[in-house]
Amino acid sequence: MAQGVWTIAEQRDGAIRKITYEIVSEGRRLADALGQELTVILLGSNIKDKAALLGQYGADRVLVCDDPKLEPYTTDAYVSVISGLVKDGDPAVLLVGASVEGKDLSSRLAARLDVAMAQDCTAFAVEEGNLVATRPIYAGKAYAKVTFENSFPQMAAARPKVMELNEPDESKSAEVVDAEFTLDDGDLKTKVLDVMKDEGGKVDLTEADKIVSGGRGMKGPENYNILEDLAALIGASVGASRSAVDAGWRPHSDQVGQTGKVVSPNLYVACGISGAIQHLAGMSTSKVIVAINKDEDAPIFQKADYGVVGDLFDVVPALTEEVKKYL
Amino acid sequence: MNIIVCLKQVPDTESQIKIGSDGTSIVTDDIKWVMNPYDEFGVEEALRLKEKHGGEVTVVALGPKRVTESIRTALAMGADKGILVSDDALEGSDALATAKAIAAAIKDLEADIIFTGQRGVDDDQGLVGAAVAEFLGMPQLSLIVKLEVAEDGKSVKVERPIEGETLVIESSLPALITAQKGLNEPRYASLPGIMKAKKKPLDEKSLGDLGLDAAEFGVGARKLKILELTPPPVRKAGIMVGGDTPQDKAAELAKLLHDEAKVL
Repeated sequence: MAQGVWTIAEQRDGAIRKITYEIVSEGRRLADALGQELTVILLGSNIKDKAALLGQYGADRVLVCDDPKLEPYTTDAYVSVISGLVKDGDPAVLLVGASVEGKDLSSRLAARLDVAMAQDCTAFAVEEGNLVATRPIYAGKAYAKVTFENSFPQMAAARPKVMELNEPDESKSAEVVDAEFTLDDGDLKTKVLDVMKDEGGKVDLTEADKIVSGGRGMKGPENYNILEDLAALIGASVGASRSAVDAGWRPHSDQVGQTGKVVSPNLYVACGISGAIQHLAGMSTSKVIVAINKDEDAPIFQKADYGVVGDLFDVVPALTEEVKKYL
Repeated sequence: MNIIVCLKQVPDTESQIKIGSDGTSIVTDDIKWVMNPYDEFGVEEALRLKEKHGGEVTVVALGPKRVTESIRTALAMGADKGILVSDDALEGSDALATAKAIAAAIKDLEADIIFTGQRGVDDDQGLVGAAVAEFLGMPQLSLIVKLEVAEDGKSVKVERPIEGETLVIESSLPALITAQKGLNEPRYASLPGIMKAKKKPLDEKSLGDLGLDAAEFGVGARKLKILELTPPPVRKAGIMVGGDTPQDKAAELAKLLHDEAKVL
């Protein structure tokens, strides 16, 4: 009978990424609810020494596959190795982080294992021994509560920055196991040729703790410097609405919304953004939403925790000055 | 090149979504159906490949008869022929079943490259593309914003933005690409294109035509069960920040964010 909660760690450049700790924390809660063990799968090269950190967040066991062919991530290699481990280990639940590579991996892995999966979930529970996942659909205009039938492991991916992190406990440790695996060169049909780092080491919007975002009200690309100033001060990333991106003011990678990035920061400041449903789809799980807009009827004010009716060209620089008092 | 594009219909993104009385599906009466926005990037990229390398673009879609309209749109943009996989038994199929049917329709087409959108903006799952690639035994390259097929047509080089960096990945062909926004600007169908599209071949295939067993499809065969649909969680009502001048408002906001919201 399928037993155990498994999660798949995500690492890059030899470091475990924060989303891993989010899913290990959630995995711990699910494992406790099921009365079962939590295992983390860690793939990479020269990565084994990082396994201990996973124990501190609640892993009982870490299955490590350490091999140069597993660095960097490729769909083929990871799906091949992990599906082998899963078939041997027969877990009940398999949890992944819904990062870019997490989505790529989990979508293919689910197909390889011939199991259902729930993508981009915002909450989990255990009901009658089964995983129940809650996830937004239709760009968050509705939420679906889903479960699994005749499908093990019960697979799901968690939206980044939504699952509550446990406090790491240095007294806790996990059993670290070198897992056996085979990887044929024939399994590897793709190759990473190059990695182009984004300039300035900016934090990606999907992982940012704070975001300052500008829409059509910004009136042009040259005005985003006032958002950049505020962002630099409070340690935020700068986002944009679709209008601004389609107008060519900001790159696609800055777009927040239904056809852009889905973000979940602690603070989202929407400047000159009307709040079209497609934009809200991208930021509705933000913890605190601030809206600054000239138009008091802008729909964004219905979603904002704090609304400021005013000209962003006056309010934002003033806010930047005011914030300095608190730093 | 033999280029396949998969597309689906979704409710227009302006649509109001109402939950039906059964609590597990949405009301579809007044919905305006459009081509899934991400699929448009796939159609456009397919057409560009045809323009550059020669060949044929076949559109494959799954769904009820109304989906024909979106296939015609792709044909009007410049695709050459269409296949609609349609069967009452398909209604309510989950991602794996949907992909199984689509893969069966594509299997004998000798595809060099297949495009799908990175996800459908209805279910927001992003699973069908990867599953189709799995069932056809080819690599998938997901969330792609740039693509170049090699001169000899045997490999493809793509770019995928991940957090903080962009990867350049090479793959052998055939392969399946899931299109991300930024891959291209989809063209509008021209009036002559729309007229020509009416005469382009559009075949319909049932599950039986594809040699598939209806029992493996539809609601009853779902491995992912929908327990209930609910409206989005309601946020606590916010406040409008007071103040006579922008400076006053900014000061009040900063204070609230620091003292009350504790995000500064």
